[in-house]
Amino acid sequence: MSGTLPLVALVGNPNSGKSSLFNALTGARQKIANYPGVTVERKSGRTALPDGRPVELLDLPGAYSLQPDSLDEAVTRDVVLGKFPGQRRPEALIIVVDAGNLDNHLRFAIELIAQGLPVVLALNMVDLAERDGLEIDPTVLGDELGVPVVSTVAVRKRGLDQLLIMLGEALTNPRPEEAVVSESRKQITERAHRIANRAIVNETQGRQWTRRLDAILLHPVGGVAILLALLFVMFQAVYGWSEAPIGWIEGGFAALTGTIKTQIPDSLLRSFLTDGVIAGVGSVVVFLPQILILFLFILLLEATGYMTRAAFVMDRMMAAVGLSGHSFIPLLSSFACAIPGIMATRSIMDQKERLATILIAPLMTCSARLPVYTLIIGAFIPVQSIGPGIGLQGLVLFALYLFGIIGAMLAAAVIQRFVTQSRSSSFLIEMPRYQLPRLSDIALGLWQRAWVFLRRAGTIIFVASIILWALLSFPKVPEGSSQNQVEYSIAGHISDAIEPVVRPIGFNHDIALALIPAMAAREVAVSALGTAYAIDAEDDEQAALRLGPQLAAKWSLATALAFLAWFIFAPQCISTIAVTRRETNGWKWPIFMVVYLFALAYLAAGITYWTAVSFGL
Amino acid sequence: MTPVQLDELPLKSRARVQTIDWAVIPESEGHRLRSLGLEEGVEVEALHKGILLWRDPIAVRVGRMRIALRRKVASAIFCELTL
Repeated sequence: MSGTLPLVALVGNPNSGKSSLFNALTGARQKIANYPGVTVERKSGRTALPDGRPVELLDLPGAYSLQPDSLDEAVTRDVVLGKFPGQRRPEALIIVVDAGNLDNHLRFAIELIAQGLPVVLALNMVDLAERDGLEIDPTVLGDELGVPVVSTVAVRKRGLDQLLIMLGEALTNPRPEEAVVSESRKQITERAHRIANRAIVNETQGRQWTRRLDAILLHPVGGVAILLALLFVMFQAVYGWSEAPIGWIEGGFAALTGTIKTQIPDSLLRSFLTDGVIAGVGSVVVFLPQILILFLFILLLEATGYMTRAAFVMDRMMAAVGLSGHSFIPLLSSFACAIPGIMATRSIMDQKERLATILIAPLMTCSARLPVYTLIIGAFIPVQSIGPGIGLQGLVLFALYLFGIIGAMLAAAVIQRFVTQSRSSSFLIEMPRYQLPRLSDIALGLWQRAWVFLRRAGTIIFVASIILWALLSFPKVPEGSSQNQVEYSIAGHISDAIEPVVRPIGFNHDIALALIPAMAAREVAVSALGTAYAIDAEDDEQAALRLGPQLAAKWSLATALAFLAWFIFAPQCISTIAVTRRETNGWKWPIFMVVYLFALAYLAAGITYWTAVSFGL
Repeated sequence: MTPVQLDELPLKSRARVQTIDWAVIPESEGHRLRSLGLEEGVEVEALHKGILLWRDPIAVRVGRMRIALRRKVASAIFCELTL
């Protein structure tokens, strides 16, 4: 049982290479969960000491001191002090410090050593420190601190054996219990400087790679151009590279459905399996390629150290609406899918800014809106050139993205002013040195994100899909009736109730009907409209192809434009709502989000409709 | 010598932090500044000023690390140029 294994916690500053060390020690056998009651990730894993004894390792969130100024840091302090409810106190600590930033990281190390637990200090990233011209004597450092010190390079797996040997000794023969000396912060700082100066035996200029790269990447004009180019490549990849795998996934699920249809006679069970279970699972898995590609970029940008530079470049623009550079990456991710975007807000320290970012993330035009946009634009907007290289259809699509961004910025300004009542945003961040990432760290990170997505979003989308299937399947339409199943079902009756509400913004009965299944995921609106117009197509794409002309004949242009405006704002995605609930620990904020977004959607669609009508469209 | 505000420090010039007007810095940011080691007595060097015409935020070397901060906070940090 893991409960009886000695528990060893890895503690250190952010950017000390702590997580790489954790990965190198535990390999892929890691358990990820949340600490009870808070949205702070708890990572644990196992390793074996040289004598074969297994130990459980806990990767504590990076912290600067035991006086926390974020949720993460509070967790670290409470676990180290043995005060976290439901989490036993570690028997020993591995303190991780960046060799190239010794003075600063030693302050936290001194604080931790004073707690009296058995300790081994990992002097990490010694290779980067050498690159920067620093030569450190670990023996001097160990003598000064009174604890064993091991030089490590986590990403190259150097020094790990020695570290485990020392850990084994520290666990077997704990250092004599000393009275906990409490020093003032000033005393700690002075001692850290003194020790660092003694331990650094040689210091030269080094190669200064970081300085050279920053001169380019943080250039007042060039830096912006590089970031924009990078974003362009990233979006091309998210949409371009995912096309084929999405096709395979859809093909696979279609084949599975086909097999079931030939094996099981037409029945409620068959419908449950194909339209409920497989359609539900498929609607989750189909997002995976885009999410993985997006996360590949984000993980690479983080591991190389560029991410904080992107935040630096974007900060001033975000400040205009009460946010900061910290919000940039989560919002950027939301263009592919709001789910990873909302999950990425965990890196935002300021809780008010984090909340505001979560609340506006669904306004970024995610990939699920594209099928809806493509269908309506294809059906109603003529293929027409309005300038060299600018088509009207493309311009409308661009405008839809733009309205989403403008809407998000306005919403952020209002939310920060009136809801979170944040007085001003702040931006204060450490910019780590650049380094080459280790590919297995990236691969492990990707695998973990994919798993978290499938488990968290997956279960909820799956359940919601089953409920939607039931709403659309019951009660059964009687034999020989002229009504179709959708209209006869519970969902059909709900849409009858919705219709009078959406009639003033130009929506007809069929749209009201499509809005219900679209709650599972927006693109389902396309197949739902197909069902409403009794089109039996194999997939969304084919449905869209035949649906277009039908819509063009039945809807006015004003209705079509209102429908587009609706989808810019409407929170039609149960998984986003579910992730928001998870990340904000309650129903208050997801409900707030749903209400304000539906209100915006209603307003936008109404204004669009009546403006269009007044122009005679 | 008159002290220079950190945000007015010319690029590439080194200085030592003399005084910080903690009263004008929000408490959480003040705490974070101290955590990052930006406090009285530390050596700093102005590295970069933000993008386009804003020139905000700025990047500063503090001891052996680089941090980015907004000019508003930096203007509460007074330094003395060193050679």
